[in-house]
Parts: sequence; C-alpha cells; structure tokens
Amino acid sequence: MSNANRLHWQKVIQIGVIGGLVGVLIALVGMVEEFNRRDIVAGVLTMGWTLLFLTILVTGYFAAAQHTGNQGASSILSGAIAGLIFSIVLSLLVLAIQNFNLRPVLVNASPPLVRILTFERENFSGLALLMVLGAVLGAVGGLIYILPGRVRSAVLLGLGLVAFLGLMQEIIQVTLRSVPSVDSALTWMFGRGTEKGLSAAGAIVVFLIVAVGNYLWQGNASKVQDRFAKLPFKNQRSIRWLLYGLIILVVLYLPAVLGLYLTEVINVTGLMILMGLGLNIVVGFAGLLDLGYVAFYAIGAYTVGVLTNLSGELTWAVGMNFWLALPIAVGLATLAGIVLGIPVLNVRGDYLAIVTLGFGEIIRILALSDFLKPTIGGSQGIVNIPPPAILQVVINKPQTLYYVIVAGCLLALFIGQRLRDSRLGRSWKAMREDEDVAQAMGINLVATKLLAFATGAAFSGLSGAILAIKLGTIYPHSFALLISINVLALIIVGGMGSIPGVFVGALLLVGLPELLREFAEFRLLIYGALLVVMMQVRPEGFWPEATHKRELHEATPDVVQADVVQAEA
Amino acid sequence: MNNPILIAKSVTKQFGGLVAVNHLSVEIPEQSISSIIGPNGAGKTTFFNCITGFYTPESGEILYRENRIDGLRPDQVTQLGISRTYQNIRLFSNLTALENIMVGFEPHLKTGWLDAVFHTRRYHEDEEAAHNEARRLLRFVGLAGSGDQIARNLPYGAQRRLEIARALASRPGLLLLDEPTAGMNPNETVEMMHFIRNLRDSLGITIMLIEHDMRLVMGVSEQITVLDFGEKIAEGLPSEIQSNQRVIEAYLGRGAATDGMATAHEQMQKKVDLL
Repeated sequence: MSNANRLHWQKVIQIGVIGGLVGVLIALVGMVEEFNRRDIVAGVLTMGWTLLFLTILVTGYFAAAQHTGNQGASSILSGAIAGLIFSIVLSLLVLAIQNFNLRPVLVNASPPLVRILTFERENFSGLALLMVLGAVLGAVGGLIYILPGRVRSAVLLGLGLVAFLGLMQEIIQVTLRSVPSVDSALTWMFGRGTEKGLSAAGAIVVFLIVAVGNYLWQGNASKVQDRFAKLPFKNQRSIRWLLYGLIILVVLYLPAVLGLYLTEVINVTGLMILMGLGLNIVVGFAGLLDLGYVAFYAIGAYTVGVLTNLSGELTWAVGMNFWLALPIAVGLATLAGIVLGIPVLNVRGDYLAIVTLGFGEIIRILALSDFLKPTIGGSQGIVNIPPPAILQVVINKPQTLYYVIVAGCLLALFIGQRLRDSRLGRSWKAMREDEDVAQAMGINLVATKLLAFATGAAFSGLSGAILAIKLGTIYPHSFALLISINVLALIIVGGMGSIPGVFVGALLLVGLPELLREFAEFRLLIYGALLVVMMQVRPEGFWPEATHKRELHEATPDVVQADVVQAEA
Repeated sequence: MNNPILIAKSVTKQFGGLVAVNHLSVEIPEQSISSIIGPNGAGKTTFFNCITGFYTPESGEILYRENRIDGLRPDQVTQLGISRTYQNIRLFSNLTALENIMVGFEPHLKTGWLDAVFHTRRYHEDEEAAHNEARRLLRFVGLAGSGDQIARNLPYGAQRRLEIARALASRPGLLLLDEPTAGMNPNETVEMMHFIRNLRDSLGITIMLIEHDMRLVMGVSEQITVLDFGEKIAEGLPSEIQSNQRVIEAYLGRGAATDGMATAHEQMQKKVDLL
C-alpha cells in the first residue's frame, strides 16, 4: 500500500471517529431521546434517528471528500467505512451505558436511550443492525458526494423537504384541515390524526415530486429565462406585474389561512426581519459592527409606550394616538442613532463593537433605573398600552397586527433596496472595504456613517414601536443584549449585506425555533453549532449578496424603457 | 514653463522624534510628469500622504492651484481635484471593477438620501453619468469586458490599471501614482511607461510618480526630485540627476561615491541606456 493511500485511509478512520463522537454527544445531551417522541415518517423514521442518520450521512460525505476528484467505488467505500466506525463508536456508548453506571454524571445515559440505539432488540442483533445501517448510510453519504451536481441538489432538496414536512406536520395539518378540499389529500399524506409524521407513501411521493421537479427545473430554468427575456418588453412587464399581484394576494390572504398561532410566529419573525433590515445596512453594507442595536428597539418601544399610555401613572403619559406616536418614536430612534454615531465616528472595528455594546447596556439600565421610574416605569415597565385602530378595525390580535408588520417590512425593504442601489450604497460598501481609501475617493465619512447609523436606528425604532402595541406592555428585560446578538447572528447566517439573506436568516433563527418550541432547551446549542458550521462551510451565508452584473446593461433601464413606452404611446 | 499646479513650501512631517519629511519645497509645473525618487524610507510616500490629506504636516504649506490644502480632509482634497493610487494596491476588493470606478466618480454626484429613495430625475442622471463614465474608463485602461468581475479576482496588472481608472474617475487635475510598476516585469513596465505618457497627453492632467524603476523614471519624467532622509537632495531634469554626485551617494553609499565614482556612474548610465 502506498504512503498516500495509507494516509487516506487514516483520514477516513479519523473522520469516522470524529463523526461517531458527535453522535455520542448528540445522544448524551439528550437530543436523540427527546427528538424521538416525534416521527418524520410515521412508524418508520423518528426525529431522533433522523438526526443521527443525518450525522452519519455527513460523516460519509466528508470521508468521501478525502479523495481528490471523483473516485467512484473507492469514495463510496470510504463513506461506508466512516459510517461503520461511526456505528462502532455509538455501540461502545451503548456497552458503556449497560456496564457502568454513568447516570450520576451523564443524566441522559439512560436505558431508554439504549433501547433507542439498539432498536429495542437484543444487544447483539440490535448493535449488528446499527453497524449495517451505519455502513449503508455512510456509503449513501459517499454516493451523494460523487453524484453529479444536478442530481445531488435534487436529491438533497427532496430529502430536506420530506424532513421539513415531517417536522411541521402538526402545524400543517391544523392549518390546512380547515380547507375541506385538501382534507383527503392530507389524510393520505399524513395518515389520520394518531400518527405524528408523514405516511410512508406520502414521504416517497413528496420526495419523488420534489426531486424530479427540481431536476427538470435545473435543466430548463435557463431556457425559461431566455424565453422570458425574448418576450417584448410590454409582455414582460405584465407577466412581472401578474407575479407581483399574485404574491401580494398571497401575503394579504395569509393570516386568514394560517390561524392565530402561525400568524403570531410570522409576526415575531417579521419584527426581527425589520430589525435585521436595519442592522444589515449598518453592519452588512457600511461594515460598522454595532452590538448595541437593541437600544433603538427599546427607544422606539418606550416612546410609543410612554406617549400612548392611559394609566396616568407616568408623568409624560399623554394618551396620544399610536399613529401620531409612531413617527415620533421613529424620529427619536433616528436621532439616537445619530447621537450615538457622532462620538464613535473615529472608532473602528472591535473598538466600535465594544462602545456600541456599552450604549445598548446604558439604555437598558436607564430603563431599569429608579431615577427614570416616574417617566418610563422602571423595572415595572409600562402596562396598558392601548391597541391602535385603523378606521374601525382595532389592531389587537395577531391577524390584524400582521398587516402593520408587513407594511413596516415592505417599507424598510423598499428603502433599503433603493439606498443600496444608489450612490449611498456604493459609498457604504466602499467604506466597508477600506475606510481610508473610501475617504480618499471623496466620500464624506461623517455624513455617510451617520446616515448608515440613522437609517439602521430608524428601522429598529419602527420595529420597537410595533412591538409596544403587539405586547401591550413593555419591560426593560425585553431589551437584553441577546436581541442584538440574535439580529447580528441572523444577518451572518443569511449573508452579510444581503437583503434576501435577512429573510432567510430570520426564518431560520427566529421562525423555525418558534415553531419547534418543545425543543427549546437545545435552541442555543443548535444556534452555536449552526454558526460554527456556517463559518467553516459557507462563510458568505445562505443567501449571499449578489454581484450586480451591469457593465453591458444600460445604467437606468427604467428611464430608457419609460421613454420607449412613451414613444410607442 | 507653465504656472505650477502644486507648490509645497518647507513641508515638515514628524512621527515622534523621526522627521519623515524635512523642510521640503517642491513646485510641480502644470501638465508635467514629475517623479519623486529616493531610497527606501526617504519620505516619498509620507509626502504623498501629506498632499492627499492623510497626514497633516507640522509646518509648511501645500498649495494646489493657489488653494491651501494642507490640513484638509482627504475627501476635501479629492473634491478639489487631486487623486491617487497606492503602493500596495488598495481596491475595494469585494466590489466589481465597474463599482470601484463608480465610487471614484463620487465627487461629481449629488444624489441625496431622498433622491435615492424616490428615484428622482437627479438619481437617474447621476447613476447614468457614473455608469457611462465607468464604462468609458474601463475601455480607456483596456479592461472593457471585465467590468462585472470582482476586483480581487482580476490579475495583478489589471488591478493596477483598475486602480488608476478609479483614480481618474474623479477627473483629477493632479494624479499621484505611488510605485505604479511595483511587481511588474520589464515588458509590463515599458507598457506602463507608455500608458502614463498617454494619460498626460490625452487627458491633459499633471502626474506625479513615486518610482524605483530607473528606466521608467528617466524615460518618462520631465522633472525629478530626489529625497533622502526626508530632505530634498537634488532636483532637475533626468540628465542632471544622473550625474548628480549626492544622488549617487544616496543610492550607492558614500564609499561608492568617492572610491568608485566611475563605476557607480557607469551603473547609473547603464540603467538609463537600456532605454
């Protein structure tokens, strides 16, 4: 055996052991046991096993990736061996739990865990099955690695969607059962009530439809786009408007379908998206690392809270209408953004992060202080914030608040996008890349930085103002440092400086955990693992900022096209 | 000779005890190509930084078209019409080539916050002007077709040219080039020399260079200023500099100047003859 070859198999074994240890960790923190209460595919695959299977697949994938290039059978073999080693490590855990009393230290090393890992069989046959499964899944991981890209992404998307549907089956069923025509389809897909997961047939059909559909789409997407590009401009525009109209209709109709709980989840996510859109301008575009972003959220919320309060206990409570208080709240937050911006104009990088962190804490502690208790309520916060009304509709439940949040997000999205595509956006990005050179290009750093801080703060203040009417009460502890960190994390996960990335990040880090509340104790663990993996595997984020390909396009198509339309008319 | 476009009067810049630029006085004629040369650490780049506003000199004056520019911020200096490139290329590396140049066009844009949000006529005019200017400059420096590439993915020579294009986008009256041929092979250096001369001839701008490559300096410059330890030790036409004894001393050491004056002079001559 050649030296390089020996080195290769050593690496494969190493990866198998590391994967196995990750599996042991997952089992010992209790995730396997806890997740096993839910099924992904009813009666076939539990959620706990899905997690372990995924880990084995990833292990096999990385083992196969040790080969440079596509090595066919050898890659699959590498995957299989790594998967087998994974199972062996897991089996050792089972034997250890059976033979030693580990429970005083490792609470989750329990008999139920052993039963899960041995498939409720005898020790020998259970562990043998585990090894065979490990080898097979590892081989599948290796196979996924050597598949052509188009097939691979189709398969992964199919598997991903099956897992997602299985995970969300309860919510999907509760939401859609109300529509009678889809009821029978749902029954077929999810079984009738008692099972918690997709039915086996449902899972296979969903996988096939998604995988084949994706495969075909990947082959034909460019053709469809070409055909669209060849259409006359007028038709293109009407198709585009039709699409926009459809999206708007769906967005408007959504709360009626989703019901109370899901709408509430969307609202929570929406408020974070609103904050994310603002912080994305500060951190993603302008490169100013702001860790005290929650301060503006608090200022927005408290301004609305104080001005609209009716209880009469607070000195400045004037019982103002929310719609009057809202612009004041946004204005004050913007002003705070500028006021914070001025002293930190010459502070860069890590130092800026520390200073802004301090600012965030100052605001929170001020809100807690006895000194300001007569004005903003101190630790008891502000209660009795009356719900606002539009015409005769009182905004006091998630379904109505939804529209306020959507309007806020659309406004922020619109402004953010327009600023990004203008001279200001370019200045921000130039400043992010190299502050000194940006200044030497004639960019006024003071104005450009303050504008970034102000815009970011305004969006955050808007989000806070809506939060005040959403909760009806505000307490200082709603504005902890963790919120700043969460918003920053969602920007990083979505992709720094990417507007669609904010939506992806918020759905992943706020929406999804909200839906999986029963596993909330693992939330931070998954968060941390996700961030570490992201930084290693995909540092640019899930939906990175697109580069504008426009050298060969006209500068402002709107103008040119508008002129053409006028000429035609 | 024309009126000087840039006048430095007794400029001094200190870093603690170190005098980086010492009572330096220079006059740069309009539409000339002048070079600043000198051994490493002679204060050449520091002088450039004083002109462009990165540093504020402790004493002395710098006048650009009769306006005092020492003490101004870099962006104000650029607005007045001075632009520069850097010794180690400093592009906005994650922006496209086109966007890099569009950022350079900044001094001519007036789009404000509200213009951008509401897409006013001014926004459209500004964007179109910046875009057209950027495409024109891409062609001018021979990078047409590479405009949509991320700057850091461009080859080294292209990055140098892109940096010059970005500096030209502000339509400067005075362009400062800090070692434009650093890291280039002899062919590329000759190309750069023609490019610099063409730049001056076609755009009518004044160019100041810092350069170590003697072929380029002697071939292209109309005026050479030699710095050593922050002081001006010689100034004049290339032919005058070549035979200046203090310059040879500074470059080759005092020993060389006294013992091997002839050989040193020969070496210098050889470099020039290569042209």
